Amino acid sequence: MDGTDFQTPEQRIRNFNINFGPQHPAAHGVLRMVLELDGEVVDRVDPHIGLLHRGTEKLMESRTYLQNLPYFDRLDYVAPMNQEHAWCLAIEKLVGVEVPRRAQLIRVLFCEIGRILNHLLNVTTQAMDVGALTPPLWGFEEREQLMVFYERACGARLHAAYFRPGGVHQDLTPELCEDILAWCDPFLGVCDDLEGLLTDNRIFKQRNVDIAVVTKEEAQAWGFSGVMVRGSGLAWDLRRAQPYECYDEMDFQIPLGKNGDCYDRYLCRMEEMRESVKIIKQCIEKLDECKGEPVIHRGKLAPPKRAEMKTSMEALIHHFKLYTEGFHVPAGEVYAAVEAPKGEFGVYLVADGTNKPYRAKLRAPGFPHLAAMDHICRGHQLADVSAILGSLDVVFGEIDR
Amino acid sequence: MSEALAEIAVLMEARLPEAVISHEIAVGELTVMVALDKIPDAVKFLRDDPSCQFTTMIDITGVDWPAREQRFDLVYHFLSMRQNLRIRLKARVREDEIAPSITDIHPCADWFEREVFDMYGVLFSGHPDLRRILTDYGFRGHPLRKDFPTTGYVEVRYDEEAKRVVYEPVKLTQDYRQFDFMSPWEGAEYILPGDQKAEAK
Repeated sequence: MDGTDFQTPEQRIRNFNINFGPQHPAAHGVLRMVLELDGEVVDRVDPHIGLLHRGTEKLMESRTYLQNLPYFDRLDYVAPMNQEHAWCLAIEKLVGVEVPRRAQLIRVLFCEIGRILNHLLNVTTQAMDVGALTPPLWGFEEREQLMVFYERACGARLHAAYFRPGGVHQDLTPELCEDILAWCDPFLGVCDDLEGLLTDNRIFKQRNVDIAVVTKEEAQAWGFSGVMVRGSGLAWDLRRAQPYECYDEMDFQIPLGKNGDCYDRYLCRMEEMRESVKIIKQCIEKLDECKGEPVIHRGKLAPPKRAEMKTSMEALIHHFKLYTEGFHVPAGEVYAAVEAPKGEFGVYLVADGTNKPYRAKLRAPGFPHLAAMDHICRGHQLADVSAILGSLDVVFGEIDR
Repeated sequence: MSEALAEIAVLMEARLPEAVISHEIAVGELTVMVALDKIPDAVKFLRDDPSCQFTTMIDITGVDWPAREQRFDLVYHFLSMRQNLRIRLKARVREDEIAPSITDIHPCADWFEREVFDMYGVLFSGHPDLRRILTDYGFRGHPLRKDFPTTGYVEVRYDEEAKRVVYEPVKLTQDYRQFDFMSPWEGAEYILPGDQKAEAK
């Protein structure tokens, strides 16, 4: 087509604006994107977020620290316990509580299960976004089993409220540990099967290789974290760089991408799942060595034991006060971050010495990732938008809060 | 780690004397109070100085202190992947003041500043597109201010007759429960009902 064609009024080319979402299967929730198209090429992307805004941060200001914990399950509902972890770490940092070793191991164990839960969902739905239907069906089968582990640990499949300031709610049963261990090796086979479906798949590669290339500099300028920086070749992982709990004892690798495109990020996620399995195995092994040890710091933050409450008046009062008034956190401010599956999930907590947080800001990893959507998508084709969105790994529970 | 943070604090004070107001290291975290109009200078310095390299912007948020004259705190978090350090910058803003935007230094500040504007009503000068971000189209007020009620002012429902979503003032069938946990023995500043004689003592 030569340039003169554009001049004739009959053939005047008009840019199209289209609405992607708010209800779109590839929008991973409720996202409305206004796309400005030049033919099939995307000129500008304007994501409208906030359709799932529930005012979590405002609600948290009028609830006690313990009552706020379940809100964290509802942020990134794909990997609930990782968020709770950040909240507990923030409180523990301000209060200065040492978490018992067994509780640390259980936390690490369930954080890694959360990572697998998240990556399974992300990898397989991304495959669905670019046209494959089998991976999600296979992946969700494994997710189901992991959710059963959640349920057996805390009684809820999704909204766990299992991590508590000072430790975890209950101890794991030995049978559960055995079952998690028995799940590990077959799952590695499932990973191979998934890779067999996708890694060398011609269509999957056509849709993902060289799409949305993010350089190291861009990744930093746009505030990326997690797989989004590791896919670009920056070896940055909070579990390694600023280890919390007992991650420094664990033996695991940090997979890195080379090109920073959607395909590398997919490969990173697949590899991270295998590393998570390695960590899970180590946790189970170490949990075996410390059977029967306490799983929560029995101070002011945790309720007394049931048996104690039957005999001790003080224990009864403590229990009553803890669940009505809640514990007080000393005044101060703190930022605690964890390597959530999507990136750095942080909590900035301002405490004023009462039983409620004065201000709690939740730093969701998906927020800056989605903010860069306009920058990444420019010049790509319309069909790539859903592939890019899939590889950014957004969940609106945490972005909209 | 805190020695490295202290070094950075000293460096900042030496290089940006008019920007840094004070600094503090608490629970292993460095907080630097910065003059409002010098925020871009401080952020640029932190990003470019070879001994700082705070190249990743983590977060911008606000905190509302209604009793203060400079009502809002703007809180910036930065991360240096090279130095493996974090830093927090804080600046105070009055309600009628305009903060400088740092979108040209860190492009990802765009959405964070929009969020602060949405939640607190702090304006940023030099921001390319300062719109609301999380709240509804046509929303009134700034929800994270302490004087904004948790229930909000309007509620929405689908009206079968009008065949559209309608906005109505909030009607609560039960008052919003704000429990008061202040102990009368530990300095509650009000008189308990039935205890009016306490004042006479």
